[in-house]
Amino acid sequence: MKKMRVLGVPYIVWMIIFICLPLIFLAIYSFTNRTGGFTFNNFKEFFSPIYIKILLNSLYLAAISTLICFLLGYPAAYLISRIHNERKRNVILLLFIMPMWMNFLLRTYSWMTLLGNNGLINLLLQKLSLPPLNMLYNTSAVLLGMVYNFLPFMVYPIYSVLTKLNQSYRNAAQDLGANNRTAFLKITFPLSLPGVITGITMVFMPAVSTFVIPSLLGGGQNMLIGSLIEQQILQAGNMNFGSAASLIMMVIIFIMMRIMETFDKTKKDKVEINI
Amino acid sequence: MKKKIVAISLVILFTAALLAGCGTASAETLYVYNWGVFMDTSVLAEFESEYNCKVVYENYASNEEMYYKIKGGNAVYDVIFPSDYMIEKMVEEDLLLPLNYDNIPNYANIDERTLNKDFDPANVYSVPYFWGTLGIIYNTNYVEEEITSWNALFDEKYQGQILMYDSQRDSMAVALSLLGYSINSTNESELEEAYNLLVEQKPLVMAYVNDQVIDMMIGSEAHLAVVYSGDGVYCMSMNESLKYVVPQEGSNYWFDNMAIPASCENQELAEAFINFMCRDDIAIRNTMEVGYSSSNKAAMAAALEEEEFNNEAYNPTDEILARCSVFRNLGDEYVQKYADYWTRVKAH
Repeated sequence: MKKMRVLGVPYIVWMIIFICLPLIFLAIYSFTNRTGGFTFNNFKEFFSPIYIKILLNSLYLAAISTLICFLLGYPAAYLISRIHNERKRNVILLLFIMPMWMNFLLRTYSWMTLLGNNGLINLLLQKLSLPPLNMLYNTSAVLLGMVYNFLPFMVYPIYSVLTKLNQSYRNAAQDLGANNRTAFLKITFPLSLPGVITGITMVFMPAVSTFVIPSLLGGGQNMLIGSLIEQQILQAGNMNFGSAASLIMMVIIFIMMRIMETFDKTKKDKVEINI
Repeated sequence: MKKKIVAISLVILFTAALLAGCGTASAETLYVYNWGVFMDTSVLAEFESEYNCKVVYENYASNEEMYYKIKGGNAVYDVIFPSDYMIEKMVEEDLLLPLNYDNIPNYANIDERTLNKDFDPANVYSVPYFWGTLGIIYNTNYVEEEITSWNALFDEKYQGQILMYDSQRDSMAVALSLLGYSINSTNESELEEAYNLLVEQKPLVMAYVNDQVIDMMIGSEAHLAVVYSGDGVYCMSMNESLKYVVPQEGSNYWFDNMAIPASCENQELAEAFINFMCRDDIAIRNTMEVGYSSSNKAAMAAALEEEEFNNEAYNPTDEILARCSVFRNLGDEYVQKYADYWTRVKAH
């Protein structure tokens, strides 16, 4: 046991330098003004209507894209986990992860060439003598970018929970007269909730803080919290307000994760009691 | 025991990696920090062999990014390329070294038009490198009239075809110029008016962009856009239907300059580099590669021989320059005000 603890030292050193210290700096910046004096003003300022609007807009878009990822990702994960041929299953999994071998920025740029006014899709429509569509630089394009980029983070955790599920629970339910739908709703889905929770967290977090996607696909028309932090720190040179905004966002994400966790626990207990 | 050794060596490894990151400049290494795509990088190898040194070349995307790295004090650079207002700000904060012109004889090659500007009145701290204007680029296939005014960007007939810069200073400059105010305005009611104008314009704007504007205009994705003259030169060379104009109400006249940060540890080599960049043949190669107007007289003359450079974007007339003004450092309070207005425009 003691020897194991020694092995952990490098990670603890790493965490202190790269996680704890930066967080402390962030906190110091957020509670000081430009000249270094203590103040609550950065937080007070954040709760003005304009920034609240930006925050709510970010949370809303992140929630919608997480929901879409779930609606698309769960059936995908379920279907993949039901494939019995292991080689086939691995090929499909590989296809899911393959786009992620490419740089994130590059993938987002390629959507611009697809959706643009003179993009591939519009050229095709033109060939078919259909009117061109305005697809880029709106909220739908931002949502598309988020769903496209973060979908694998939803599919993988759900898939890995589903493949490890003990099929005998489901068989037992069916033996007792449950049809497929009931067996799925009462047994499979509740048991896969830990994967769903992980997936939601892993999609929601990057979605709420992204600033590249709204800037490239949204044309900067939607100011989200990630863009606000970037602008305050890099363009306005206001490290203090930028840090306060980051801290507020971290607190919100933290609270949401705790809520999700308790949700996960209660559900699991309930399932076990039911069985 | 073995595990302890592994653990200790890992700690040493991490620490060593950290220290390596903040190593100091050795006598023969020159750290150059420049804008992305802002020089013909093949000249660096030539400098290395002539001065028997090594050049480490890094890029930044905005003045502010560069400023915070220098200000933070954890980066050692020897030559940087700040814009006008940033030179002023950095001089005020003692972040630049005065240049020793005995080591920069090629300063004589610099165009007088670009010297002794308000941001550095006697060029004590900076040598101009590239310069230019801010204007409108438009596609003559779609825009039939001759554009002469910023008003075109606020005209409903171009709804959804207008690109603006996602930059507080440049966008406010467009609105302030159209209203007839100074682009360095610190008058609250003037700023409020400019803000209202930008909010009114928002439904007409296709997107607020950065460097994507270049590819988008070349690919005819939009009909009109705000661009820097150098990007305008490049766009026009790639797409013949494009035309660049500096609106009649006036605009921004900008300079990107070579300077030496106070943290420089090898000023002589840094000055040798600035001198090298002012040499005629090197300046010609840089301007031909990038398309921005050179402050070097011979490079300007050489570029004007080429068809793609012989236009008012690369070489604005005195009459155009007379209606343009240079950005000044507005101080923290007003930088924040401009940023707040811009946030409100974008979140509207």
